[in-house]
Amino acid sequence: MDWGGARMGLRLLVIILVVGAAAVPLAAGTWQGAIAPIDPPAPDRFDGAALQRGLQLAAIGNCMSCHTAAGGAPFAGGRPVATPYGTIYSSNITPDAQTGIGQWSEPAFRRAMRAGVGRTGQQLYPAFPYDHFTLVSDADDALLYAYLMTRRAVRSTPPANQLRFPFSVRPLLALWKLVFFKEGAYRADPTHDGQWNRGAYLANGLGHCGACHTPRNALGAEKRSARFGGGRAQGWHGYAIDSASPARVRWDRTALRAYFRDGWQTLHGDAHGPMAEVVENLSAAAAADLDAIAIYIAWTMGKRDRADSVQQASVATQSSGAVIFASACQGCHDGSRPLPFGGVRLALSTAVMDDEPTNLINVVLEGLYPRSGAAGAIMPGFASVLSDEQLRSLLSYVRLRYGQGSPWKDLEASVQSAKAQRHD
Amino acid sequence: MIELRVNGRTHRISADADTPLLYVLRDELELNAAKFGCGLGQCGACTVLVDGIASLSCVTPIVLLAGRQITTLEGLGTPQQPGPMQQAFIEEQAAQCGYCIAGMMMRAQGLLQRDLHATDADIRKELEHNLCRCGSHMRILRAVRRAAGLMLASGSTGVTAPDPAQPSAYPEVTAPPDDGMRRPAHPDLRERPQR
Amino acid sequence: MSAPADAALTRRAVLQGSGALLVSFSVGWARPAQGAGAGAGAAKLPGSLAKSPLLDAWIRIDADGFATAFTGKAELGQGIRTALSQVVAEELQLPLERVRLVTADTGRTANEGYTAGSHSMQDSGTALRHAAAQAREILIDEAARIWKLPAQQLRTQSGVVMGPDGLRATYAEIVAPNLLHVTARSISQLTQPDQFRVLGRPLQRIDIPAKVTGGAAYVHDMRLPGMLHARIVRPPRHGARLIEAPLQAVERMPGVAQVIRNGNFLAVVAQREFQTIKAMQVLAAGARWQPTAALPDEAHLADTLLGLPAQTRVISQNTGAACGPMQLEATYTRPYLSHGSIGPSCAIAQLTEGMLTVWTHTQGVFPDRQAIAEMLGLPVEKVRCIQVEGSGCYGHNGADDAAADAALLASALANRPVRVQWMREQEHGCEPYGPAMVAKVSACLTGGRICAWNYDVWSNTHSMRPGPAGALLAARQLGKPFLEPEPKLIPLPEGGGDRNAIPLYSFGSSKVVHHFIHDMPLRVSALRSLGAHMNVFAIESFMDELALRAAVDPVEWRLRHLQEPRAREVITAAADEFNWAARPSPGGGRGCGFAFAQYKNLAAYCAVAMEVDVDADTGRTQVRRVACAVDTGQVVNPDGVRNQIEGAVLQSMSWTLFERVRFDATQITSVDWATYPILRFSAVPHALTVRILDRPGLPFLGCGEAGQGPAAAALANAIAHATGRRFRDLPLDPARLRRALAPQLTAR
Repeated sequence: MDWGGARMGLRLLVIILVVGAAAVPLAAGTWQGAIAPIDPPAPDRFDGAALQRGLQLAAIGNCMSCHTAAGGAPFAGGRPVATPYGTIYSSNITPDAQTGIGQWSEPAFRRAMRAGVGRTGQQLYPAFPYDHFTLVSDADDALLYAYLMTRRAVRSTPPANQLRFPFSVRPLLALWKLVFFKEGAYRADPTHDGQWNRGAYLANGLGHCGACHTPRNALGAEKRSARFGGGRAQGWHGYAIDSASPARVRWDRTALRAYFRDGWQTLHGDAHGPMAEVVENLSAAAAADLDAIAIYIAWTMGKRDRADSVQQASVATQSSGAVIFASACQGCHDGSRPLPFGGVRLALSTAVMDDEPTNLINVVLEGLYPRSGAAGAIMPGFASVLSDEQLRSLLSYVRLRYGQGSPWKDLEASVQSAKAQRHD
Repeated sequence: MIELRVNGRTHRISADADTPLLYVLRDELELNAAKFGCGLGQCGACTVLVDGIASLSCVTPIVLLAGRQITTLEGLGTPQQPGPMQQAFIEEQAAQCGYCIAGMMMRAQGLLQRDLHATDADIRKELEHNLCRCGSHMRILRAVRRAAGLMLASGSTGVTAPDPAQPSAYPEVTAPPDDGMRRPAHPDLRERPQR
Repeated sequence: MSAPADAALTRRAVLQGSGALLVSFSVGWARPAQGAGAGAGAAKLPGSLAKSPLLDAWIRIDADGFATAFTGKAELGQGIRTALSQVVAEELQLPLERVRLVTADTGRTANEGYTAGSHSMQDSGTALRHAAAQAREILIDEAARIWKLPAQQLRTQSGVVMGPDGLRATYAEIVAPNLLHVTARSISQLTQPDQFRVLGRPLQRIDIPAKVTGGAAYVHDMRLPGMLHARIVRPPRHGARLIEAPLQAVERMPGVAQVIRNGNFLAVVAQREFQTIKAMQVLAAGARWQPTAALPDEAHLADTLLGLPAQTRVISQNTGAACGPMQLEATYTRPYLSHGSIGPSCAIAQLTEGMLTVWTHTQGVFPDRQAIAEMLGLPVEKVRCIQVEGSGCYGHNGADDAAADAALLASALANRPVRVQWMREQEHGCEPYGPAMVAKVSACLTGGRICAWNYDVWSNTHSMRPGPAGALLAARQLGKPFLEPEPKLIPLPEGGGDRNAIPLYSFGSSKVVHHFIHDMPLRVSALRSLGAHMNVFAIESFMDELALRAAVDPVEWRLRHLQEPRAREVITAAADEFNWAARPSPGGGRGCGFAFAQYKNLAAYCAVAMEVDVDADTGRTQVRRVACAVDTGQVVNPDGVRNQIEGAVLQSMSWTLFERVRFDATQITSVDWATYPILRFSAVPHALTVRILDRPGLPFLGCGEAGQGPAAAALANAIAHATGRRFRDLPLDPARLRRALAPQLTAR
């Protein structure tokens, strides 16, 4: 997840502070007290079926990805999340009593999910997406709690957050919540059937799709009016998954379900960037839940198909981009090496079709690597050999040959921005 | 015609612009170290340095490399005067078949040129994308650590002449004086027809 | 590189001298009765001398004071060049740098078959040791004859024979034509271990300086004048028929010299390497193939194998006292495994004046020559195969096929050297795999011991190596194709699928059955350690399951069923090296495992202990530390042994944790490193130690394959210890473990 510009954020914050000053009594009302610590519950308190369901739900919540540092123990926290306001480190959510959530009772856990308040009463940063988790039902929270409390307890204190003033002042989050946060469990939409509602509940709640696929305002809140209109995540563009989806071939329920389960789909390619972690977790989710999410997301994307509107452009094959492509890219992307491990046919690549070149730039510079011991697409990064000019000419060539024909605007700025993100 | 600067020397190359660097190094400049392993940028056997950064020569067309400084394993030293990375790999006997080793060494060289104080975790992370099939991993890790030590001691990451007054203190794998390990590695290669 | 002094001294020239031309012999040199013959009725000669008894087939003294030794074995990265040189230097009393070693070359060296089965030190090392010792005795005797002194008054040092009163002569001064052209004796005056100067020392490897400085170290690095590059277009499946290919279009591409089609064999030859690759890509894209019968369902591979007709052989049976019914039984499986050399197979061939020379990284130059000659219809004398090192092969990979490809193309392009290199997907997709296997085992326990043991193993053959032309891919693809030869058993005691199927332990009664499966759904052949990897994995896993049932410590359990002192000593040494007695108790995902085997029940002894962390949520296994002990008989180079055992453990970890050949109904789908994941640095142990139990004076046992089986089983046992769950199907990959473990309670 990624939040809007910092400078803009400061200005907005000042306004909110001024307005908020008048609302101090109201803000005080959002303060909540500590919930008494408990001894970590014995693992045998929970039954196996609950653990299995909890595992399937945690997979949809992508809990492990954010709460595991590179090379660290699962759920032990410490993964840095870069925001325009500084770096936040994810917390340890193993049942360790001292450094994890071992002392959290189920009500304390439920309150964190529902209201974004920690066990001792401290306000939580919305990097923990309680703006979505608030929708999760009490029953599902209980299952998640059971699952997390039976993980291996790891004693590990994440690094302290490094946030600039005034973002480092936690109580101010109460004001943020007043303005941007609406607490409350999911309410079914009676105009749709049960499966759609299950999908909407999961996608908007525990799955927190909007965290990466919805644009945010200057203070990091998702713009509700533009839900699923495309967002940012760790320097990647979370594609629009509403009717503006840039996918060359329209996603349908079947394709989405396969993509969630396998991490790739014939007509759309492999998941990469942060979505690779999402789908890796989703592979452990319940099939019925993935189906429901697929139904709902297919609905949000609507029926527009871009395939017809796009024509293959005729392009000069002598440009420097063409020469680079022939040598460095074509060997894998010529269509003879099938997905998921061969290079995607670029005419089907969402990264090439997208209005932002960000994801293509990231992939070209950094490459793709599978997890140790797992099969997965491997693409070498070209950061060390491509000059900015060579990168631009390659991108332009690919866009012209395989994209929708209109060149990317201000490629130079996109390249610089992507490179700056890499070095953060 | 493209001019390539390899190991400090400039070469005029007549190969097509889209030719990957690997084939130019091996077939035109007759440099053996960079190896064809996959041609897909997956295994690291072809790793060289471009402006000091590890790069995969099997998927890098020479058109990208005009004016860039390319360093191959040959640029780190010779059997007679091995550089610190080479000396470390010899002292640790960090090879079995050795086919992956040139790529390993170049990636490690790139790391140590950036950070001589790289930790074991840093080295593992850096080498994660280079594959070894014989199982020489433990020795490779030791050799890279040893290379860092040699570089720190000599104050140079580059080619250094071995100092005969400073024999290796490493207790294992030291040859007796008359073992003379400097003779041609493959006496029988001399029988092959030459150009 | 200049022409060496011995270039003209080919084996042929040597062999032209007949037994009748043998010259001057000193008193005391006991000649075999039949001159240069094999010595019928004489005692069996040591090692490979038995097959190639002439001393000068092994050792020559050169005019420049060097000795040249000849071995029919090949350097494969295992360090044999160094170890054999050490043996020769020791027994000939020459400094190591004055020993040249010529490796496998049908024109120059003895026929020692394949470099396989950890046999090089046993066969060639033993032969060279005796040949060198006998050569030194002959040199002393010759000096004694010249100086008219008793041989007892002479001694040798650093290539010089020395006598009383400062008498001295170098070997080169003493040697006369055909002096060493004699048949070896069965007994030699070997140097005693306490006198070793070179043998038994951890000398640096001779081949490593070139490998770490960019020297010409591999067949891949050879460049011959006028050499052309070739690439092969292989069918999507073995046996597919070529319908059509864009031959003319590709012939017009830049640099292309020739496009060659012979039946289903399709290749392109061009001037520059990258031109060749581009032409091959166009040729491959335009080639249409007629598919053959479907491949089996990978998801039910074990059932497929069990359903195939098999030749069932009871390979061991002991009847003991009657006991109860079997209490525990289990089935273990292994998928097909790829050799996965980092460097795809490569060969160079040249046809000059009717003589075809092939430079190849084959493991067996003589069998490869036989197969190539048969394929081309040439007499074997018209083909010379020279082994030049390649990327590590770990058994029968694509090396021989690439040699055949090059030979076929060179014979079509007379006089031009042709270099063939396979592409990555060909190496992964076309090579013969290590066979998939199934083992079923059951046992009965009485009084804290195993009283009955039944073991059945199902497997294809583990060797489809050349000899017959039909073993070569190219030969099978020709317009007049050679048929794939019938699969053959590798007889015990070495064994193939049944290698190490008979436990070394003694049980009350036991029965071991080998089910030899004739049909080969996928192309298979020898992979390092053959069936031993799977059999030791299964036997040693089951030993642990039984120890758990009997509530006995796994190390104590093994010792309880084992009498042989050397085996017991290796087990005790590994346990001590690991500090087994003080190992952590299981919990929090941590556990320890132990395993042991004597390779082939007749070679090196190896025991391995491992400590692992298993993460239930990700399914990932991190090996924390490994301790090994090995008894490989007389040690020639301890660092070489250590290197081999380390490599065996890490490679076996990779096989066991991650690897399996993937396929669908139509083709192999694991065709590169994206689809065939192997060990990477993040999964490498934090520590690995090897304790070597030297056995001075005892025979060499070899060590290249001693560790694979024990490492696999120690890993599986450690995972079982850590998780409380037994995994019997390989690989023990993160996905499999995660599926089984993730919802589990962590506190047990």
